[in-house]
Amino acid sequence: MRQAGVWGLAWKRFRRDRLGFTSLIVVLFYAALVLAAAAGWLARDWNTEAGVSFAPPSFLGPEAADSPQLAKAAEGAQPVADYGIPDPLAADLAEIAKSMTGGAAGQSRAPTLPLGGDKWGRDVLKKVVKGTETSLVVGLAAAVLATFLGTVFGALAGFRGGAVDDFFNWLYSVFTAIPYLLLVLAVAAVIGQKGVLTVILILGLTGWTGIFRLVRAEYLKHKVREYVLAADAIGASPARRMFVHILPNVSHVVLVQLSLHVVLFIKSEVILTFLGFGVGVDTVSWGSMLAEAGSELLLGKWWQLTVATVAMALLVTAFSLFTDAMRDALDPRLK
Amino acid sequence: MNLLEVRDLAVDFRIDEATRLRAVKGVSFDVPVRSTVALVGESGSGKSVTALSVMGLLPKENATVDTHSRILYRGRNLLELAQRDMQALRGRELAMIFQEPMSSLNPVFTVGFQIGEVLRRHVGLSGRSVRNRTIELLREVGITDPERRLDVYPFQLSGGQQQRVMIAMAIACEPKLLIADEPTTALDVTVQRQIMDLIAGLQQRHEMAMLFITHDLALVSEIADHVVVMRDGEVREQAPASQLFRDPRDAYTRALLACRPPRDRRPQRLPVIDDFLGSGRHASIQDPTPERKRGLRGDEATLLEAKGLAKSFHFREGLLRKRELQAVKGASFRIAKGKTLGVVGESGSGKTTVALLVARLHEASAGEVRFEGRDLLGIEGRAAMPYKRRIQIVFQNPYASLNPRFTVGQILTEPLQIHGVGAHDAERRAMAAELLAKVGLPPESLEKYPHEFSGGQRQRIAIARALTLKPELLICDESVSALDVSVQAQLLNLLQDLQDEYAMSYLFISHDLAVVRYMADEVMVMKDGEVVEIAGPDELYAHPKHPYTRLLLSAIPGRAQ
Repeated sequence: MRQAGVWGLAWKRFRRDRLGFTSLIVVLFYAALVLAAAAGWLARDWNTEAGVSFAPPSFLGPEAADSPQLAKAAEGAQPVADYGIPDPLAADLAEIAKSMTGGAAGQSRAPTLPLGGDKWGRDVLKKVVKGTETSLVVGLAAAVLATFLGTVFGALAGFRGGAVDDFFNWLYSVFTAIPYLLLVLAVAAVIGQKGVLTVILILGLTGWTGIFRLVRAEYLKHKVREYVLAADAIGASPARRMFVHILPNVSHVVLVQLSLHVVLFIKSEVILTFLGFGVGVDTVSWGSMLAEAGSELLLGKWWQLTVATVAMALLVTAFSLFTDAMRDALDPRLK
Repeated sequence: MNLLEVRDLAVDFRIDEATRLRAVKGVSFDVPVRSTVALVGESGSGKSVTALSVMGLLPKENATVDTHSRILYRGRNLLELAQRDMQALRGRELAMIFQEPMSSLNPVFTVGFQIGEVLRRHVGLSGRSVRNRTIELLREVGITDPERRLDVYPFQLSGGQQQRVMIAMAIACEPKLLIADEPTTALDVTVQRQIMDLIAGLQQRHEMAMLFITHDLALVSEIADHVVVMRDGEVREQAPASQLFRDPRDAYTRALLACRPPRDRRPQRLPVIDDFLGSGRHASIQDPTPERKRGLRGDEATLLEAKGLAKSFHFREGLLRKRELQAVKGASFRIAKGKTLGVVGESGSGKTTVALLVARLHEASAGEVRFEGRDLLGIEGRAAMPYKRRIQIVFQNPYASLNPRFTVGQILTEPLQIHGVGAHDAERRAMAAELLAKVGLPPESLEKYPHEFSGGQRQRIAIARALTLKPELLICDESVSALDVSVQAQLLNLLQDLQDEYAMSYLFISHDLAVVRYMADEVMVMKDGEVVEIAGPDELYAHPKHPYTRLLLSAIPGRAQ
């Protein structure tokens, strides 16, 4: 019979934390959603213009689209546009409009969509599902990258000490001396092209500093512990002591940092995209949805903003609570 | 007349929702006025919980005192007292000294402020009189130059001085009952001697009653009028001290007294608790076991010889200056094949540093260590591996020396893997199981994690790990010091059996002079990084040459007996 190990005991403690457990279920739900979206089972056609422009959510009914004041305001604005000057682009625009309606001519546009539509009549529900995929992938991948860098740097600096420690501390100081947003924007400007991979690199390459500091401190503490000395005495190499002996004993710190950074990077992606340094126009993320929502709100179209915000708030909250519960469960007060 | 009467005290601890643990199971005893009562027991006996119950300091979240329990202080039941009344009583009439002076004092306040706080709160002094009384108290507990010490912080004092400050705080309000919970366990023997003298003197002068809690029976024999022996939350025996030491009634008390290495003899093996509490084997103890021969004849082959071994640590001070601390200053000694070199010394004497230098876990600053004629310190990198496996070490703290994330099987097969011993994993596991049997653990232990074992069992695992590589020199750095006396005896027997079987040499380091006398063929005394004396154990204990050795020997508790 195999005895309950350290992880087994942690899992037992975790299961007792009801709030943490509920959060885990929420997080797992999101994960399932992302997998389904990535596999193409869900929201593959998020980019098709299924509804009329700014189609209201189904539960409000189609009338919600034409709020009378707005329509009147639009009408009033019409004559000002011309002043009798012929529009030089009129012919082209007419052609484009024709081809566009022609393309969608096969199917008539729906007057309402489950959670509303955006300016081009794309389904907000599908957008938010696909956006979840982008945001969560960016958050996870960037957090994994940052945690990997922070852990390796921290382990080397803390365990080796001396010149290696000095070098990494210098690197840390350089990275932390620059204001975060400025650093992110600088890296974004250097990398140049937009895209999911770029965002992951930007966040991962700038976000390792906090993890580095914590892991380094843990290694400083652990390398003088007797079990590490004992490993030295039986002839274990430095690399073996660093990663086979010490790493499992600091893994709870790394794991908690990883999940904290997932939350942080999901929010950062939103900010980056909002500022225009994020994912490209051909991808949808919570950030791009929120960026669009600003101008929509002026027209009273609140649904895209609401849906994206709720989706993000729910995941971020659940993930944070899950992280807290995990930290409590992993706290190795075991003797 | 009894100052304190404890009746049927029972305390439960909540482990989790479902599990409760009864730590104290119906304990009754008296503390008469102006007398010293000792509560003696090993870890888990419930002695500290009993003391905390009297003080009303049990953690409220998870400890409950049984409703039938009574703790009568001058006829008043302390358990029924309101929080406010209890607080008033605590500090004014009841005072307590704890084991760890370093963690009992608040590091961010000065010594003077902390003593003064007690005087302001409980005695109602203020202004200059607080300062004067504090100085008076510090002088009374034997702190030199008390006017200056008033404004120092706890970390600027040594462990012994900190404990003196704690005692000053405890007696500040002239308590009627002083509870001392292992007050000298964390201190060196010579300091322990001073503190014990101080406590005994204060008790006499202030006519206090004292409840003295300890695991050390020898210490009790010097101070107590009345002894209560506890085990697993129950009182095994209580008797006047003179009677208990002369004629112990309970088997457990007898076992506790017998399993310490005796001062005058050296039995083949030490008796252990099971010999007394187990069935039938009792008789074997009564037979005078043959004496074990110790000492060197002088013609033994030398396994290891250290010459002028030195180690300095450097601290940065300010921007440019460096301060040098010489932990070991030119130690020279030799270890004979199959024999034991004992090292004694107080904290800071450099004995652990010597162990780490010999095991090459620290780099020496100077000197040489010749192992079978070859200088170990000159060998670099991988060439040192064959030598490394021949010198193994068992550390002091069995809770820290095993990786908590490894199973025992992983812990024991790892060294074999690293050194390429054994053809495949199954063979290595078989070897590990064999070693486990040798140290007295069942083969199922391979699948368990260290936290599932007791301290003594963990130390057995650590010994088994050291044995995997079949070392010729085993360094035991305080390897039995953290353990209860009964477990200590078992492990000393184990170490002795292993030495008999494998003819290993030991470098046996301990602050416990009785244990070193029992184990060592030659004893090295260290002080402040220097070797002050090396001699055979009988010679050293009978005719110590160096004044420091004499001081150490005179500090061993229970010599007056």
